[in-house]
Amino acid sequence: MPIQYQGILAEHAYTRQAVSVFDVCHMGEFLLEADPALSGFDRVVTQNIISIPPASCRYGFMLNEQAGVLDDLVVYRINKNNWMLVVNAATALGDFEYLKKNLSGEYHLQNVSDKTGKLDLQGPHSLDVLRDIFGDDIGKLSYYTFADFVFEKEHCIISRTGYTGELGFEIYISNDYVVKLWEFLLKGRGVKPAGLGSRDTLRLEMGYPLYGQDLDINRTPLAAGFGKFIDFSKDFIGKDALLKELNSGPGEHLICFRADSRRAPRHGFAIFDMDKRVGTVTSGSFSPTLSVGIGMGYVAGNYNIGTQLVVRDVSTEISVTIVKKPFLSKTSL
Amino acid sequence: MNIEKNLLYTKDHEWVRIEGKVAYVGITDYAQHSLGDITFVELPKIGEEIKQASYCATVESVKAASEVYAPLSGKVLSVNAELSAHPELINQSPCEKGYFFTMEFSNEAQKANLMDAATYQRYVEGISK
Repeated sequence: MPIQYQGILAEHAYTRQAVSVFDVCHMGEFLLEADPALSGFDRVVTQNIISIPPASCRYGFMLNEQAGVLDDLVVYRINKNNWMLVVNAATALGDFEYLKKNLSGEYHLQNVSDKTGKLDLQGPHSLDVLRDIFGDDIGKLSYYTFADFVFEKEHCIISRTGYTGELGFEIYISNDYVVKLWEFLLKGRGVKPAGLGSRDTLRLEMGYPLYGQDLDINRTPLAAGFGKFIDFSKDFIGKDALLKELNSGPGEHLICFRADSRRAPRHGFAIFDMDKRVGTVTSGSFSPTLSVGIGMGYVAGNYNIGTQLVVRDVSTEISVTIVKKPFLSKTSL
Repeated sequence: MNIEKNLLYTKDHEWVRIEGKVAYVGITDYAQHSLGDITFVELPKIGEEIKQASYCATVESVKAASEVYAPLSGKVLSVNAELSAHPELINQSPCEKGYFFTMEFSNEAQKANLMDAATYQRYVEGISK
């Protein structure tokens, strides 16, 4: 997947206003056949998977015993005991080993990343485009549900999910057909290709985390503010550490902030409260929609919305204000 | 890629257009293209003394921030105020509307350190290989 096709700003704007397709074939997919309780699968992820209805999916985390985030992932329930796990590319192999280590009894786990293509169609016009191709059933999908569809006799899974904050869909199809589908989408349907650059600015405007930057093995989901993706009513790896953290309060918090100029905070910049270093920027960019710099980062202690801080590196200093997530309040999602 | 004939060039992809004792300064078409969409620029102050090959401005694109170096030594006479609200002018018109600033240069001999258009063309082709 290239960084850009026609340009990051143009691709960003087109996704917010019309519809773009992202080639995200690099993402990892696993197929799992397992009873969630008996196999221990339910213990490996933080989200409640037993309560997911078939044809729905749910976002959550895989943690280590210290509650460090090994990966963030979406679990698709195909039917009672059949699942698809969508994981990050860089962590896929480690995730696979971790699952094997922690699953037991009867189960069948397959890494199908190499044979699975993935295209994300995102933007307010995405539903119209897919309705033309797949028929009215696509309109019945509610947020975080999916269904089987057929493209040129090939089966594919389409979920109403995404990473841009716009109305959108993620399409999983065999690698043998993915190029055909890509070309089909781009032909005379008002769809334009978008690259990794705009994928990053789009997700950042929504405050969505990027694994490896905003989440990693040294951060917990509580510090990142993602407690709602954790089911404390069940047992899972990392729960004890999270309960302790819940009692004492996380030592650090992921904040979102907005710069007072067009200047972009960048990953790795230090965060200062007056003269005191209080944290580090994990993601930062120019926001194409807001025309100012925006970012996320971890700070020690509690800070209220509206607090003024400074982010800086050796040669740059930017005044920022802590704001509520997401940066954009109105989208087509 | 467009390389204007009547300009002089640096290895860091700045251009300079000399009109008498005054020099217009900007970044080249090659530079704006490599940077991608430009979103912010920090210009020197009017009256500031700048030195050839030393830092004089910052340009940021969605992808990254880059430093701009002075093509000649001298004093900054004016800056392109349009750029603070419309940095995209650098992408659209790098050698005209997207110029960064003008300067009065102090040392004629420093021009020998710059490339003419044909030499810069070969230089850029060498990088792209």
